[in-house]
Amino acid sequence: MSYVTRVWQDHKTTITPWLFLLPGILMFAIYIVIPIFQSIAISFYRWDGLGEKTFIGLENYRELMRDDIFFTALQNNVIWLVLYLLALPAGLFLALFLNQTTRGIRIYKSLFFFPFVISQVVVGLVFSWFYDPSFGLFNTGLMKIGLSPIPVLADERFVTYGVIIAGLWPQIAYCMILYLTGLNAVDGEQIEAARLDNVRGWRMLWYVILPQLRPATFIALVVTVIGALRSFDLISIMTGGGPWGSSQVLAYYMYEQAFSEYGFRMGYGAAIAVVLFAIMLIYIGFFLAKMYRDEKGR
Amino acid sequence: MFPTPIDKTSSATRVAYKVALPVALLLWLLPLLAVALTSVRSSADITSGNYWGWPTSFNLVENYTAIFTNSPLAAYLLNSFKVTIPAVLGAIALSSLTGFALGIYKFRSNLFVFFLFVAGNFIPFQILMVPVRDLSIQLGVYNSIYALILFHIAFQTGFCTLFMRNFIRTLPFDLIEAARIEGVSDLRIFWYVVLPLMRPALAALSVLVFTFVWNDYFWATVLTQGAHAQPITAGIKSLNGEWIAAWHLVSAGSVVAALPPVLMFFLMQKHFIAGLTLGAVK
Amino acid sequence: MSIKSGIRKVRSAMVALTTSALIALPALAGTAMAGELVINTDSSFPAVKKAFQSAVTGFEQENPDIKVTWNVFDNEAYKSAIRNFLSAESPDLATWFAGNRMLPYVNAGLFAPIDDVWAENGLDKTLKAAESAVTFNGTKWAVPYTYYQWGVYYRKDLFAKFGIDVPTTWEEFKAAGAKLQENGVTPVAIGTKFPWTAAGWFDYLNLRTNGYDFHMAVTRGEIPWTDERIRKTMGHWEELLKAGFFLENHAAYSWQEALPALVNGDAGMYLMGNFIVAPLQEAGLTEDQLGFFQFPAIDPAIAMAEDAPANTLHLAAGARNVAEAKKFLAYIARADVQTRMNEIMGQLPVNAKSSVSDDPYLQAGFKMLSNVDGGLAQFFDRDASAAMAKAGMEGFQEFMVKPERLDKVLARLETVRQRQTQ
Repeated sequence: MSYVTRVWQDHKTTITPWLFLLPGILMFAIYIVIPIFQSIAISFYRWDGLGEKTFIGLENYRELMRDDIFFTALQNNVIWLVLYLLALPAGLFLALFLNQTTRGIRIYKSLFFFPFVISQVVVGLVFSWFYDPSFGLFNTGLMKIGLSPIPVLADERFVTYGVIIAGLWPQIAYCMILYLTGLNAVDGEQIEAARLDNVRGWRMLWYVILPQLRPATFIALVVTVIGALRSFDLISIMTGGGPWGSSQVLAYYMYEQAFSEYGFRMGYGAAIAVVLFAIMLIYIGFFLAKMYRDEKGR
Repeated sequence: MFPTPIDKTSSATRVAYKVALPVALLLWLLPLLAVALTSVRSSADITSGNYWGWPTSFNLVENYTAIFTNSPLAAYLLNSFKVTIPAVLGAIALSSLTGFALGIYKFRSNLFVFFLFVAGNFIPFQILMVPVRDLSIQLGVYNSIYALILFHIAFQTGFCTLFMRNFIRTLPFDLIEAARIEGVSDLRIFWYVVLPLMRPALAALSVLVFTFVWNDYFWATVLTQGAHAQPITAGIKSLNGEWIAAWHLVSAGSVVAALPPVLMFFLMQKHFIAGLTLGAVK
Repeated sequence: MSIKSGIRKVRSAMVALTTSALIALPALAGTAMAGELVINTDSSFPAVKKAFQSAVTGFEQENPDIKVTWNVFDNEAYKSAIRNFLSAESPDLATWFAGNRMLPYVNAGLFAPIDDVWAENGLDKTLKAAESAVTFNGTKWAVPYTYYQWGVYYRKDLFAKFGIDVPTTWEEFKAAGAKLQENGVTPVAIGTKFPWTAAGWFDYLNLRTNGYDFHMAVTRGEIPWTDERIRKTMGHWEELLKAGFFLENHAAYSWQEALPALVNGDAGMYLMGNFIVAPLQEAGLTEDQLGFFQFPAIDPAIAMAEDAPANTLHLAAGARNVAEAKKFLAYIARADVQTRMNEIMGQLPVNAKSSVSDDPYLQAGFKMLSNVDGGLAQFFDRDASAAMAKAGMEGFQEFMVKPERLDKVLARLETVRQRQTQ
């Protein structure tokens, strides 16, 4: 018996799962895990992507502390996060509205889900157009009721909210579908029992339904938070971070610093990404902790 | 069932609901309807400012022919398919292996590996951007569809593993145990016992990953440039720059870009929703 | 790095192998061995593409032994693609821009000097107009093959209708605007959604207020943004802003989206490069309606200088067909070639011996640029470094919407400048 065969026979049960895992882990390590550490390393360098890298220690991070646009981006990320959470109640509302058995309701459900399926690039184009100051539907409406048009995407006061509304549209659809599935699984007997106790409406929703929807709420929360922090496509299509950086978010600012026409500051961009990653880690930790409890509870 | 089924309510509420439903849908989809309508407008409508009224003429054929003949839209569209299909197949192949390993075998670092895949799923892409671009350049695939295919396979493997593993956990374990006692090899168990049972999961994942990859815009702009390699999301963005004020063309292009995932969704709706909820809620 | 150098080693070994094999083989064909030439260009716009097509075809006819491989890139994509192909898979020649824009590539050793091409072909005489813009540390880094003028495009018919003469001084310019306003016309159309358009205004106001040398010193980062002279420039700008000279909501429009204002007669003037003419003519403006004038003088003591950005062709440091590439550089510098290319592109040839198309706007631009005493700038985002350009353009955009933030904007630009000079 050759050495290899012997090792195989002795450790078959230990080795087998790793053989199945190998291709996946390899790809995942090369493209995801290692690059995270590389990015962290690059954030300590000055590098234009062409010449040699220069080690500058924490200089990029020190510069971040003095960078107004970075703080605007950070602040906007918080606004995104908070307002994006509106997708949960809005999605729940839509789900309750559609949770019926009338004829054709299935078609309605899928049509309401539509915005989630299409690309954010298209959503961004649609909404930039909606906001156009000279002919967009939004301003046409404003003028109909006697107000003067507001160039939403060119006004630092409104631009971030304008983009967030565009982002909420598909996000609400996503939460809706999660809740619709959740509502399907709600225990009918409990509802009947509560009805007999004369529990109705809001009280029913709050005390009987919502507790049962907790898994759906949890997953809706996780995907919404991640969606808010990842927001890139809409900013890129609708504003490019403008006017004068007022709609900037970390995800886009990083791209702009590292890869845009006037950027190519790889180290600085990487430092921004590290900050974003650190924020996201909190949520990843939160999610994994919950999963860990569930796994142990099984 | 909650809320109370509408059939059991007063007739006034019933009528109100029947009316509210289409009205709400109309409002909800208004932006999309506007795009669809604009995509068949004539350029005369656009220049005369008739954006929201009824089109003076329906130029369905003209506009859609125009975008395919006067721009590289067809090339972008083809690239999207060339990227998406292999990426879906690759991610599903890899993750059925990893899902199998994590779902069936008990070994010490099982949960750690599983959590690694799950966590990878949630990280902000931006932190991968600079290194993945360099990696693609070094592999010689930068600015080609292969750069996108490879990345999407790797990234989607995270999500798919979460899904597959959870799905496999719901399968009857006795069946696998029985096969093992019979002395069937692990590879054959995977191929002949588990894989056939996973068909619904495979279908659900394919549809879902298809949509994710198709709609990707970020990596398309980071890893590819120009019509020879860029998928349609990035293509629409650059055409939008060229077709300034030619909104009928931009709209038609948008409709074309949105159509494949929309069709996919309608044809495989059940699987799609199962995919969204099962993988996550479990 | 090690992988890359490894690849390079393998590649050069393969090249050596192939070459030796070719030498070892007896010449099968009677003709000379074919040379090759690889050119990458950012000319996806139809007219520019056609112009390059004519240049490549003409070159191949004159040099039947050289086979040209010509790769056309999308204009936007090119800006990031060039970084990769120059270091990974280098062509022999690549198009780019003059001024500060080429410095990163010069400094990274990706462009090769071509002083010999300039000397052997006497280009210092024929290409004088853009010589300084392609010279760095006394070395020539490119051959400029086209440029175009900036200036004020205006509605001739509206000016005539309201009895306004073409303004040549600052007072006349402001009076002309006021007259337009009296008649319900916005004096100046502009779209600053992509804020480089605002930098055009800064360039001209600063060139006219402080002159060419000072302006170039500003773009090189040698002058603090809080300098009194810059404040004077901004003060002139503020006069126009206070008077409501610019199109309302300009930050919501791209430059193309602001064109209808001029076409419909809602606005009277537009400061822009000559590429504005084509879309305006397409939109229906005739030569009787659309005129061109030089940006008026502000300080009569200051020599007039203009923005006239040049596009250039560079020799890549990684070029494998250097002799052929230099041949092409000499070719594209020639008067007849530049005449033909610019005729097709609707721009101005750099070569002084070329002839300019009959187009009235090009003729006007050519006349203006031939008489410039002050100097030719390349435009703010080509003269300034990338980070400075970006901060500057965004700052100008903000200033145009919120003039009261001038101090804050200048302070921010100064921070960026100081970081640059560190």
